[in-house]
Amino acid sequence: MNNKIFPIIVISFFIFIFFIFFKGLNNSNTYKPSDNENKIIPKFSAYTFFDNKLVYSDNIFNQKKFYLLNIWSSWCLPCREEHPLIMNLKENSKIEIIGLNYKDKDKNAKKFINDLGNPYSKILLDEDGTKAIEWGAYGVPETFLIFENKIIKKYIGPLNSELILEIESFVK
Amino acid sequence: MLASFVGFYSLIFGLGISLLIIFFSIKNFKKSNILDSKILTFSFLQMFLVFVSFFGLILSFINSDFSNETVFNNSHTTKPLFYKISGTWGNHEGSLLLWLLVLTLFIFIFLVNSKNQLIKYRILTVIFQQIIIIGFFIFLLKTSNPFSYLFPIPEEGLGLNPILQDPALAIHPPILYLGYVGSSIIFSSVLAATTLNYINSNWAKHIKGWVLISWIFLTLGILLGSIWAYYELGWGGFWFWDPVENVSLMPWLALTTLFHCILVLEKRSLFKSWIIILSIATFTLSMCGTFLVRSGILNSVHTFANDPGRGLFILSFLFVLIFISIFIFFVFHKSDNKNFSPIFFLSKETSIVINNWFMMYFLSVVLIGTVYPIFLDVLSSQKISVGPPFYHKLIIPFLIPFLIFMAIGPRLKWIKSELKNKLSLFVLLIISVLASIFIVKNFETNYLLNSILVGSAFYLFFITVRDFFSKKTKKLSQNMAHFGFSLLILSILFNNIFSNEIITNLKVGESYKVDNLEIVFDDLTKENKKNYVSYTGVFSIKDENFENILKPELRIYNQPNIITSEADIKVTLFKDNFITINNVQNEDYFNVRYLIKPFMLWIWISVLLITFGGLISLFNKKYE
Repeated sequence: MNNKIFPIIVISFFIFIFFIFFKGLNNSNTYKPSDNENKIIPKFSAYTFFDNKLVYSDNIFNQKKFYLLNIWSSWCLPCREEHPLIMNLKENSKIEIIGLNYKDKDKNAKKFINDLGNPYSKILLDEDGTKAIEWGAYGVPETFLIFENKIIKKYIGPLNSELILEIESFVK
Repeated sequence: MLASFVGFYSLIFGLGISLLIIFFSIKNFKKSNILDSKILTFSFLQMFLVFVSFFGLILSFINSDFSNETVFNNSHTTKPLFYKISGTWGNHEGSLLLWLLVLTLFIFIFLVNSKNQLIKYRILTVIFQQIIIIGFFIFLLKTSNPFSYLFPIPEEGLGLNPILQDPALAIHPPILYLGYVGSSIIFSSVLAATTLNYINSNWAKHIKGWVLISWIFLTLGILLGSIWAYYELGWGGFWFWDPVENVSLMPWLALTTLFHCILVLEKRSLFKSWIIILSIATFTLSMCGTFLVRSGILNSVHTFANDPGRGLFILSFLFVLIFISIFIFFVFHKSDNKNFSPIFFLSKETSIVINNWFMMYFLSVVLIGTVYPIFLDVLSSQKISVGPPFYHKLIIPFLIPFLIFMAIGPRLKWIKSELKNKLSLFVLLIISVLASIFIVKNFETNYLLNSILVGSAFYLFFITVRDFFSKKTKKLSQNMAHFGFSLLILSILFNNIFSNEIITNLKVGESYKVDNLEIVFDDLTKENKKNYVSYTGVFSIKDENFENILKPELRIYNQPNIITSEADIKVTLFKDNFITINNVQNEDYFNVRYLIKPFMLWIWISVLLITFGGLISLFNKKYE
C-alpha cells in the first residue's frame, strides 16, 4: 500500500512545481517602467531657470510643432558629451528644445550653460527629481521627442550623431 | 560566413549521430559481450563535430563577422581580441554550444575511461547521456541557433556588456560548465546503475572520480564568479545571494553531500537511496539553474536572455528528465532490507548521516529562498525578493553544530567506534571558545552569537591543524578540505565583524579625515582607450603607519554606452583596502567609497584549499 502512495505523492508534487514554473514563465518578471511612447505628456508646473517664474506645461507644449525635452545636469558626464550635439540641433528651426535641469545646484548649472552654450528655449527646474519621475525617466541624460502633446520617442542615455539624424528625420 | 555555415551543418550532423549512437547502443545492449566499437567511434565523431561548430563560432567572433546574429549582438570591432574570443561563450547561444561541447567531450572520456565496468552499464549510460545531448541539440537548433544569418550585413556590432569584459569572467563560465556538465555524467551513470542494480562499491570507486571532477570545477567556477563580483561590481562584497549565485550553490551542496555518501558506499553497502536521489538532484538542480537563468523567470544580474519560448523548452525538458528519473527510481530501485546492516550510533556512518541532514537543510533554505518569489508571484501575484537577511538568519545558527560535527565526525571509525582522546578534544573546545571570546569582545556587534560561531569555527580549525601533524598523509585530502572550510568560515566572520567603510564626496585636492585616517584626492586623469574613456583618480590613504596610493577608475564605454566603476584594491595578507569612485553631486565632485576588508585574501585561499583537498583525493586512489 505504502509503496504506491509514495510515488504518487512525489509525482504530483513535481507536476505542481511544473505548473507553477509554467505559469511563472508567462508572467514577465522584468520590472520595466511601462513604455510611455505615444503617451500623452504629464501635466506639471515648474520654475524657470533664469528668471524663476512659475510656468505650466500646458503653456509650453501648446503649439503644433516638435518639442525636444532634454533632462540634463551639470554633474552628469554623458550630458557634457551630448551637449554639443544639442547645440547643433538648435539650428533646426522646426524643433524647440526645452531643458529640464535635474537635481542640480544653481551655480554649477549656470557655469555649465556659460561654458558650453545654451541650446534651450526654456530651462525648467527639477530640484528634487520628481518631474523627471513623472516623465518616466530612469536618470540623466534622457530626451523625449514630443508632438501634439504626445511622446513620439524616448531616448535613454546620451544622444549621439545617429540619434540626432533620427530626430531630424522625424521632424522633416 | 563560411565558418557560420560549417558550424551550423556540423550541429545538424552531430544531432544525426546522436540517433545513430542510440540505435547502435540498443542493438549492442541486446547482445552485450563486448562494446561495439562503433559507439566509441561515433561518440568521438560527435564530439569532433560539436568542436568544429564551436570553433566556427570563435572564428566568426575573431573576424567580427556581423552576418552572424550572435556576433552582431555581442561583439564590436574595437573590442580587444581576448574579449572577442571570450565573447563566444559570454552570451546565451554560445554558452549553450559550449555546454553541448562539454557534454559530448565528457561522454567520450567516460567511454574511454570505464573499460573495466559492466558493458551493459556503459551502454545504458551512453543512452541516457545521448538523451540529454539530443535535448540540448534540439534546444540549440530550435530556439537559440548561434549561427542565425543577418541580411543586410550590419557594419558594426552591438558590443559586449563591459562588466563582462574581464579576465576572471572570461574563464568563469567554461569552468563552471565543466562542473555542471560533469554532473550529467553522474546522472546518466546513476540511472544506468539503478536500472541494472549495479550500485555497489565497485561502481562507487569508479563514479567517485567524476563526482570529484565536477565538484572541483564547480567550486573553482563559483570562486571565480565570486572574485569577479568582488572587484568588478564595486560593491565590496563577494556573495550577494543573487538567484544565480544560489543556483550554482545548490548543485554544489548536493554534490558535496553526494561525495560523502559515495565514500560510505565504497566501504559499506549503505546509503544507496541517498546516492541515487542526490545524483539526480545534482544534475536537475544544475538544469534548473539553466532554466531559471535563461528563461528570465527570475530577476538577476545574470539574466541575459528573456525568452519564454526558450524557458518553456528547458522547463519541459527538465521535467521529462525528472519524470524519467522518478520512474527509474521507483521501478528499479529495491531497497535491500534483507541484508540491512544497522548503523551504530557512534560511527563514521552516523556522522555522515548527520552531515547529510545539515547539508539538505542548507540546500532547502537556498532552494526555498530562490524559488519562493516565483511561487508567491504565481499564486498570489505578490512580488517579493528574498535578500541576505533571510539566508543569514536561517543558515548561520545551524553552522555552529555543523562545524562541531565536522570537527568530531572524521575522528570516528567505520562501523563502530569510541571517541579517543576525549580530553584533548575537550581542551581544544575550551581553547577555541576562550580565543573567540577574547577576539569578539572588543566589538559590540551581536556578541553572544558571534563568539559561539567563531568558537566553533576555531574548534574545527584547531582540530584540523592538529591532525596535520599527528596523522600525516593518511587522510590529507579530507583534512585539507575541512581545514579550508574552517578557514573560510573564520575569514568570512572576521571579514564581516571587522569591516570598515567610509563614504564621502571629494573633489581633486580635497581630503577627508576620520580618526587617524586621511583620504586625499590628489589627481584625476582622463585617457582615451580603445573602446572606452577612462577617468582615473589618484588617492593617497594615510595612517600613522602606512601610506597607500590607490587609483580607482571610472570607465565610460562607447559600445554599448555603459559606465563602469573599476575598484582599486590594495591586497595585503590580512586586509584589503578597497576604493571606488562614482561621478555624482557636482561636476568636480566624486563619490568616494573606501572600504577596509580584513581577511579577504583568506576567503579565496581557503576555497582554493578546499578545492586542493578534492584534487588530492582525486589523485590519491587509495582512500583510508
